Amino acid sequence: MSKKELNIFKLLSQKPWEPSQAIIDDQHDGKTLASSKAKLGVRTVMIVSTVIFSLFIVSYSDRMLVHDWKSLSEPWLLWINTAILILTSFVFYKAKIYSEQNHFEKAKNSLLFVGFLSFAFITGQLLVWQHFIGIGQYASTNPANAFFYLFTALHGLHLLGGLFFWGKATTKIFKENFNVSKTKQAVELCATYWHFLLIIWLILFGLMIAT
Amino acid sequence: MSDEHTDNKIETKSADSSSGGYAPPAEKIPVQEAPDQELYHAKSFWTKWVFCQDAKVIGVQYALTATAIGMIGLVLSWGMRLQLGFPETFSFLGPATYYQSVTMHGMIMVIYLLTALFLGGFGNYLIPLMVGARDMVFPYVNMVSYWMFLVAVLVLIASFFVPGGPTGAGWTLYPPQAILPGTPGSEMGIVLMLISLSLFVIGFTMGGLNYVITVLQSRTRGMTLMRMPLTIWGIFTATVLALLAFPALFVACIMMTLDNLLGTSFFMPEIFSMGEKLEYGGGSPILFQHLFWFFGHPEVYIVALPAFGIVSDLISVHARRNIFGYRMMVWAIVIIGALSFIVWAHHMYVSGMNPWFGFFFATTTLIIAVPTAIKVYNWVLTLWRGNIHLTIPMLFSLGFIVTFVNGGITGLFLGNVIVDVPLSDTYFVVAHFHMVMGIAPLMVVFGAIYHWYPLITGRHLNQTLGKIHFWITFVGAYAIYFPMHYLGFIGVPRRYFEMYDSPYMASGVGLNQFITVAALIVGFTQILFLYNLFTSWYKGEKSERNPWKANSLEWHTPDYPPTHGNFGKELPVVYRWPYDFSVPGSDKEYIPQDVPPSQVPTAKAETT
Repeated sequence: MSKKELNIFKLLSQKPWEPSQAIIDDQHDGKTLASSKAKLGVRTVMIVSTVIFSLFIVSYSDRMLVHDWKSLSEPWLLWINTAILILTSFVFYKAKIYSEQNHFEKAKNSLLFVGFLSFAFITGQLLVWQHFIGIGQYASTNPANAFFYLFTALHGLHLLGGLFFWGKATTKIFKENFNVSKTKQAVELCATYWHFLLIIWLILFGLMIAT
Repeated sequence: MSDEHTDNKIETKSADSSSGGYAPPAEKIPVQEAPDQELYHAKSFWTKWVFCQDAKVIGVQYALTATAIGMIGLVLSWGMRLQLGFPETFSFLGPATYYQSVTMHGMIMVIYLLTALFLGGFGNYLIPLMVGARDMVFPYVNMVSYWMFLVAVLVLIASFFVPGGPTGAGWTLYPPQAILPGTPGSEMGIVLMLISLSLFVIGFTMGGLNYVITVLQSRTRGMTLMRMPLTIWGIFTATVLALLAFPALFVACIMMTLDNLLGTSFFMPEIFSMGEKLEYGGGSPILFQHLFWFFGHPEVYIVALPAFGIVSDLISVHARRNIFGYRMMVWAIVIIGALSFIVWAHHMYVSGMNPWFGFFFATTTLIIAVPTAIKVYNWVLTLWRGNIHLTIPMLFSLGFIVTFVNGGITGLFLGNVIVDVPLSDTYFVVAHFHMVMGIAPLMVVFGAIYHWYPLITGRHLNQTLGKIHFWITFVGAYAIYFPMHYLGFIGVPRRYFEMYDSPYMASGVGLNQFITVAALIVGFTQILFLYNLFTSWYKGEKSERNPWKANSLEWHTPDYPPTHGNFGKELPVVYRWPYDFSVPGSDKEYIPQDVPPSQVPTAKAETT
């Protein structure tokens, strides 16, 4: 990023019609940022998701002020799921380091472990749902319940979307002749997305246990 | 910016070259470091024309789908006008049909027609061509984006055929009434509408990803951001707005779907319906309004900014002058985009709010008038002493300026709380928003189609039909919406399906009938336009290359009309902005963006 720092004010004050500016502009290679397009794509998706979750959090804080709000109990399973998600993120970090250092065998194992943990997390979340439904806490029982189901469902869907790309990355790395730089990038981007989902979950979970 | 490492060298060079003309050393362009984009080459009919990854084809697909659903929106407006002008005359109309027509007309026109046409249609077709890219950065995702849009449209159309019909809650879909019995379409119609909107948002996000990253990263050599045509600036900024604003619509849709299907109370207050107390309680309908308008106001600029950009280019090309105040035009686009996120509550003055809140939003709303006025002045000043060719695109551009000023000025009235409160529920508002975000952007859409049709098909649209189309549409639009301002002033409320014999309707009845007749005529003229669009495709007058003598890259592709990959073997290299018309000293009337300085040695740059 160092060479391509974007100074928006400097950029917008260029005078493209001036001969002195034209000489500078003719050297321009057409890229505004130094990141690859895939990286920017993942970042854009993360920005849009952040906006979505932020708006949900705003709605949550608005809705909880009404007197009918009754917080949910916190089953211990949720803490275990959170621990699993933290572990997943850590293993993905290791996988990324391995693939960067060309230890692809280790990276393969880590990736498989990530998949296992992610599915374990989703199963865990579904078990929490089952627990709540079992004790008669439905989405319509209380707005706090409704937000709980909504948050877990959306976070889970984000994770499933991520698992689709995790599947693509893992298939890549298991091929005989894989494209090293592309695979590395895929692993790296998936890892970033997993960290992002961990942060989102910690914020949502924190919000729900704090209120 | 990437030019920083070359800064020092450049300073010394520019010192001796700034006295006149361009410096010859700039001719040498370093070789391209990044490899060319790999494109998917279509092999069969299906992958070439149906599941196509070429942004140009996707753009046309978007445009055709949007036009098709837009025609349904047009027919729905006839239903509304017949009901208002001649109530109790047509057996197929009535309160329910009226409200369903209003709702579907509004939603279709704003989202499925204008947003899809400007960003999906023009965005896809023009972005890669104008910035000098072979295609969008993620062609596959781009294709999926179109198919998501198509599914969203089909779900929307399906809502016409479910029991209870489409929703009649008004295009704002305000709860609680949107999902309660008594509102037409509260059974399945509203659910399909919410699902369709959610699908649209997901599909749009995929497309938006492409538009933004293509503009940022995929430009050709020499194409700095400040050398881009204003069309691209408008589409780019609108896409950024859309990526940040559509999530609010998505969030609101999801929560209302749950309120409807699962019985949650996100938006639903404690409420009696049909004499029975419902299970709902504690939800806030105002929260929905905030979410909706947090999307809804940027949406206005999502439609307007591409129109601003495109019309700037049309005016510049057809008046043979560089755009007046290019930088200010860019700044205005960016500032309007930023401000559009802090004005949303001016749609909610009558919903009840803290007076200081209203004061804040009135102030921000009026501030938007500043960059907008700058743009209008710049368009007028571009025309000033220009060599104005009264081609059809130019006619539509002129129509746009007048209409936009018109609708903008009534917006200044409505931005004030104290003026808005009495006018909010009258036809004055209907007239205002149709002028400013209905007719004005449509003028640009038409102008742009007449302008770029030769590029897409290699043939011109029929000029006579075009002139008829312009004059009837332009004069007709005023015949429709000018009387509506008056109706608003005498207090005729909007959203009423019939006025019966209210005393103040004495002068309104005849006007309402006049408006209806005008609307029917203008509507049928659009069918003439469609006829022109389809017949000119194969028997229109053949267009020579670059018929408007424009400078931007899309007209200078090796194949005309451009083919897959856009630019043949070598990507073009850009040496100037796209507004070099009538450059002093040059023997050429216009200098395209990819002409190096050595080919126009006598051209002088005006120092500013």
